[in-house]
Amino acid sequence: MNLNYFVQKSETAWQINPKGNMRVPAIIYADQGLIEAMDEKVYEQITNVATLPGIVNAAYAMPDAHWGYGFPIGGVAAFDPDEGGVISAGGVGFDISCGVRAIHTGLTKQDILPVKQKLADKLALDIPAGLGSTGVINIPIHEMDKMLKGGAKWALKRGWGENADLHRTEEQGCMSGAEPGEVSERAKKRQHREMGTLGSGNHYLEVQYVEQVCHEKIANGYGLREGDVIVSIHCGSRGLGHQIGTEFLRSMAMAANKYNILLPDRELACAPINSPLGQSYLGAMRAAINCALANRQILTHLTREVFSRVLPESRLSVLYDVSHNTCKVESHIINGKKMNVYIHRKGATRAFGPGHPDIPKELRPYGQPVLIGGSMGTCSYILAGTEESEKRAFSSACHGAGRAMSRHQAKRQWRGSVLLKELESKGILIRSPSMRGVAEEAPGAYKDVNEVVDAADKAGLAHKVAKLSPLICIKG
Amino acid sequence: MTSYWQHYPHDADIGIRGFGASLASAFEQAAVALTAVSADPGKVREKESVIIKCNNADPELLFTDWINSIIYEMAVRKMLFSGFKVDINGAKLIAEISGEQVDILRHQPAVEIKGATFTTLKVIQNSDLEWMVQTVVDV
Repeated sequence: MNLNYFVQKSETAWQINPKGNMRVPAIIYADQGLIEAMDEKVYEQITNVATLPGIVNAAYAMPDAHWGYGFPIGGVAAFDPDEGGVISAGGVGFDISCGVRAIHTGLTKQDILPVKQKLADKLALDIPAGLGSTGVINIPIHEMDKMLKGGAKWALKRGWGENADLHRTEEQGCMSGAEPGEVSERAKKRQHREMGTLGSGNHYLEVQYVEQVCHEKIANGYGLREGDVIVSIHCGSRGLGHQIGTEFLRSMAMAANKYNILLPDRELACAPINSPLGQSYLGAMRAAINCALANRQILTHLTREVFSRVLPESRLSVLYDVSHNTCKVESHIINGKKMNVYIHRKGATRAFGPGHPDIPKELRPYGQPVLIGGSMGTCSYILAGTEESEKRAFSSACHGAGRAMSRHQAKRQWRGSVLLKELESKGILIRSPSMRGVAEEAPGAYKDVNEVVDAADKAGLAHKVAKLSPLICIKG
Repeated sequence: MTSYWQHYPHDADIGIRGFGASLASAFEQAAVALTAVSADPGKVREKESVIIKCNNADPELLFTDWINSIIYEMAVRKMLFSGFKVDINGAKLIAEISGEQVDILRHQPAVEIKGATFTTLKVIQNSDLEWMVQTVVDV
């Protein structure tokens, strides 16, 4: 991206001053290398977000920002309902409440190595993944509304988890304000056979070990030591969320004129928060958040069952579960005044700083865990929310590496079977039903997650706590 | 002119594009491009058919409605489609799509498709002889 677009505010903050219809500035957090490599479309999309009614402070983009639809992936924006603020289906994304759950196993890398092949095979057998896969748990339609209202809490009532899991999940595992009645029958039907499935693309279940502790005090607080084995699950609300996103993107695009919203681009489709359509989307989107929380809870249960058979001494306890595609009402200090605003985070992770009441009590002194997924075969990170993050971007940080290359290019450049062997020689076992899928998800098709995380740390969005390396990766 | 389809790059997702002598033909070609996002359409047998109906006076929204209807049928039926017969009359589209259940070993499906976005969405008549339709699908 052309650096002349920006006023450089610090080593890692790049501001675009308001021009044209922009109501607020746009700020991108990244180091110079990342911003130079960033797609021009991020500039276009983040400045478009800055034109939306009721936007507060600025439109923000995280260091892993890339071209999305409507909002860039890695976009963050807050809206004030009392100032005509809007809610945007494209500002949340199709994969509503996609997120990461990190789970302690009570094991070390040395415990895993003798049974690594067996563990990989059993996980591949029992964790449904990939296009066409179906969940082992079929939810009757009459039970669907209970799931959409109850989230991970509902899953626990069905016997798929432990109370402690909820304590370490955002919203205590249950998003309030969900309205299953706002979710269409088509969306519910699309979910019917997809509970407890990973999906495909960049979604995965990984067995990882702590390669490096970057912040001793916080790592201790999170119970992380070098060599510890962690399971990370990256997935979202599956077909239900995709269908809700599809339907509301269309409804909002068709209603923009009715609400006198001048859209710089149709893909920014949105509706006033205080409108029937805005409220309908909120109710449906919150139901989809519960679907994602229930889905990750069921996958946790399936993972526990595999571990208990292969490694009976294991004890799987959730470290944290956080989503990165949401819109949530949060209280923030804006111009010295406490305000409730609707924060869109699309490919961006909430990152509350130390002391925030929404962080589990025992983790509160350290800041909220921020879980950053890498790409298949590369490292992931655990970060912690900082005090400064509140001022930077409404307590938000990055969510992953972000693609550097299209799927088409990746497919031409790599062969899945060759990649599998290469990664195995490095000690990483990949299990996937599709070799083409493996090629499209080649580690080289992604940006360097280390650079993204370093920039987030430098910008004060989140502290680096621990670097995790993969041992086993189950891909869709 | 020959009808054909293309993919075009997008950072995280993928663009699908169809060309044809008629709007209906361009819609059919874009549907083949859609299947090709997940699997080789040449390996998908036409064993079962599904009827799809859409209604939208806005040609661009009619196109995304069409693509989203196929995505929906793929998801709920766990199928891939390779045969597309489309008839468009004003705002109304009626189509018969044919395919088969996903066979992991034979199809080697890559990514599942979440939905059609409005990114780079276009429905254009380039000349009397050619229509072009395109959009980015989220994967």
